Amino acid sequence: MIELDAVAYSYGGGEIFSDVSVNLEQGSFYFLTGPSGAGKTTFLKLCYGGLLPTAGHVRVFGAKVCSLERDQVAMMRRKIGIVQQDVQFLDHLPVSDNIVLPLTISDRNSDLAAPDLDDLMNWVGLTDRARGLPEELSGGERQRAALARAVIMSPDIVLADEPTGNVDWEMSKRLLYLLTELNQMGKTVLIATHDLSLIRAAKAQVQARVLRISKRGVHLAGANL
Amino acid sequence: MTPVLSLLRNLIFGDIRADSVVPPSGFTNQLTLFISGAMAFLAVFGLALSLASGRLATKWNNELARTATIRIIAPPDQLAGKTEATLKVLQTTSGVAEARALTGVEQQALLAPWLGHDLRLDLLPLPQLVEIISEKVGFDATGLRLRLLAEVPGAILDNHDRLRLPLLDAVFRMQLLGWGVLVLIFAVVAAMVTLGTNVSLAANAQVVNVLRLLGATDSYIKQAFVRRLTIKTFVGSTLGILLGLLTIWAMPSVDKSHGFLSGIELQGEGWIISLLLPFVFGVVAFVATVNAANQVLRKIS
Ligand SMILES: Nc1ncnc2c1ncn2[C@@H]1O[C@H](COP(=O)(O)OP(=O)(O)OP(=O)(O)O)[C@@H](O)[C@H]1O
Ligand SMILES: [Mg+2]
Repeated sequence: MIELDAVAYSYGGGEIFSDVSVNLEQGSFYFLTGPSGAGKTTFLKLCYGGLLPTAGHVRVFGAKVCSLERDQVAMMRRKIGIVQQDVQFLDHLPVSDNIVLPLTISDRNSDLAAPDLDDLMNWVGLTDRARGLPEELSGGERQRAALARAVIMSPDIVLADEPTGNVDWEMSKRLLYLLTELNQMGKTVLIATHDLSLIRAAKAQVQARVLRISKRGVHLAGANL
Repeated sequence: MTPVLSLLRNLIFGDIRADSVVPPSGFTNQLTLFISGAMAFLAVFGLALSLASGRLATKWNNELARTATIRIIAPPDQLAGKTEATLKVLQTTSGVAEARALTGVEQQALLAPWLGHDLRLDLLPLPQLVEIISEKVGFDATGLRLRLLAEVPGAILDNHDRLRLPLLDAVFRMQLLGWGVLVLIFAVVAAMVTLGTNVSLAANAQVVNVLRLLGATDSYIKQAFVRRLTIKTFVGSTLGILLGLLTIWAMPSVDKSHGFLSGIELQGEGWIISLLLPFVFGVVAFVATVNAANQVLRKIS
């Protein structure tokens, strides 16, 4: 699905990491963990072509990201659900319009039945927020809305950056359940988090692999965290 | 289909809902509306100036080129004979449709503005005037001059070129000025729309980011911006042109003989071209926005 081959990245100063080779396999469930500032967000951006590696190659769905045309990158992103750490919305549109925006963009609004949308809104606990504007949402509500927006297209891959950063434990488990459900449908999921209890909770539900990011690079962590 | 064509198709038939992804930015839109209106208003006058100059040039060219005068200067007792001889020469000159010696009364009428009505012309040694109206093709002025020199000394041909050519030159410059004004106006509109596109895209950087993240292609992102500015330019210029036409229509119509400014009015083709102008403005705006949006979107990655 996503392959990193001897990837290095630097924002201009020192390298955040170098010589990272990771293969995210189809249908697997990954956690990406590491201390703050280690480069989790950077890693995710490399995975969806938000950043291009300064060395090495990233392949998504078998295609080298750096050699894709702009429109091809757009098509690639339609198959990847992304939850950014600093979630952004179209602030002038209601929450529900923002959530169905990926469908609007790819002209597939008709694919979604109203009950499905209601289910999804209910699942992320935003039913009574649907007609409001994004700026009226709390931090946790924004993350839930972003997760709903990321999964509405039923993407092949979900990349979520701290999706449970601002929500309570109950809601965290609910969001996790949504993601494990998707994984069970064969989707690849990658969650960046430093919430170890979330990882432990997940391990009870799915076979999750943990990628640990550190100064030395990105490695699969052992069984015990 | 080429990208431009498909964008144009989207512009006209495209999903209007897609426009809602871009927040209505009132300021740029209103400015576009206002400037394109003002520019279109001016364009009507540029157009009227060009067309009127063109008309005037044709008119003067036709009228003045087809008339000429021969002045016969001679002692009073030879005048009648020389006039006779001149008319004879003219009868055998090809290209002359009509030649006629002016009568005393007519000559007096010509001189009246300068000399008054009660002057007795027969007491003055005035030249006899012969009026020539040429055929469409005209006659050979140099040849006629030489013949007159040989056969009727004292008869001088004046074919009005000295008057006509500088006038034509002036009118031609007027016409050029009019077209120049039009070109400038379109350039200003293109520049303004380019600026407007840049401002809109910069003001909506977050929108562009979100759309990109969710897999929007450049042409999707462009669409809303292009449509808005193009439609605003079209509407603005339509209003401006209607106002311009109304102004021209309401201008006091000066007596035709009073010359130049009386020509600033629109006739048949002028009205049609004016009504086409909004479409030209629309096309200019469309090309300018697409171009500007392409450049900006290529820069933000
Ligand atoms: N745009 C940028 N320009 C320069 N440096 C940056 C930029 N973005 C991030 N960095 C630096 O890169 C390093 C990795 O950042 P990154 O956001 O990937 O960390 P993270 O693991 O996601 O941290 P956190 O857990 O706090 O979100 C940090 O030291 C950060 O300061
Ligand atoms: Mg981060």
